[in-house]
Amino acid sequence: MDNKKIKAGITVFPGSNCDADVYRVLKSVFGVNASFIWHKDEIEDLKKYDFIVIPGGFSYGDYLRSGALAARSPVMESVKDYAAKGGIMLGICNGFQILLEAGLLDGVMLANRSLKFECKDVYLKTLNTETPFTCAVKKGAVLKMPIAHHDGNYFATESLISGLVRKKSVIFKYCDEKGGITAGSNPNGSIRNIAGISNETGNVMGLMPHPERSSEKILGSEDGGWIFKSIIKYIKEK
Amino acid sequence: MAKKAFIKVMLKEEVLDPQGKAVLSVLKSSGFGNVKDVRVGKYIELDFNEDKSGKRRPLEEEAEEISEKVLSNPLIEEFSIEIK
Repeated sequence: MDNKKIKAGITVFPGSNCDADVYRVLKSVFGVNASFIWHKDEIEDLKKYDFIVIPGGFSYGDYLRSGALAARSPVMESVKDYAAKGGIMLGICNGFQILLEAGLLDGVMLANRSLKFECKDVYLKTLNTETPFTCAVKKGAVLKMPIAHHDGNYFATESLISGLVRKKSVIFKYCDEKGGITAGSNPNGSIRNIAGISNETGNVMGLMPHPERSSEKILGSEDGGWIFKSIIKYIKEK
Repeated sequence: MAKKAFIKVMLKEEVLDPQGKAVLSVLKSSGFGNVKDVRVGKYIELDFNEDKSGKRRPLEEEAEEISEKVLSNPLIEEFSIEIK
């Protein structure tokens, strides 16, 4: 199967600002047939897409709570339906926040412990490589990707966390360069260094760092590319 | 006739409020040493259409649903409603 035959949909809300980056990476780096989905479109069925990306940004100016208003916009009904039918969906940064607010993932994002907008490279330990988003990643690999957020301090109750751990839904944790999951390598105060989680069925993942900003050598890291390579591999083998 | 709902959304006690902590530290360094703790929340006013039919459900009920489903995130926040 040619990558060109893989169809990716990228949702766009007012204030999304990583949509074009995701489009560029999917189209120019991986040759995927990517297109945008405007938030007001009540698309009855998203099933023509092989996967959906909810990109980062500041949808609706982060009013009320990050992701709260986007999570309640018309297109999200179709998005929820797509996820319920097992569709592959990746939420990046603000996209992660939207998935949390939409109830597609467990937990919530609080303001960073530092109260600052944190914009820097971080290292991520891959805890589960048997997911559509990590199936091309080497077991236990440490990936370098940038973060750029103010509200990335992941929080969930103990019972939700133990549920996530039991179902192997904690996919990525912040770590140091060597893969040590330490307090010092936690950039935002996230509970248990959590950087990325999936839903129970494993078809929806939220990730705070930006793989689309680290898929080309010229940008300082190609490690984010492994996320997209995994999705493509998973779709081809399905 | 009640037409407005005034809603206060606060982080739950057990959730760390970094914004409140930052304000507290500024207050302390500004000489307001008597302040022990600060919590920052949101205050939202809802202005409702007049109930011309008289058949609408009570405003309290609608404001409660709005607060629960949209204005707050029950995982970390709690709210109170005042109707005037």
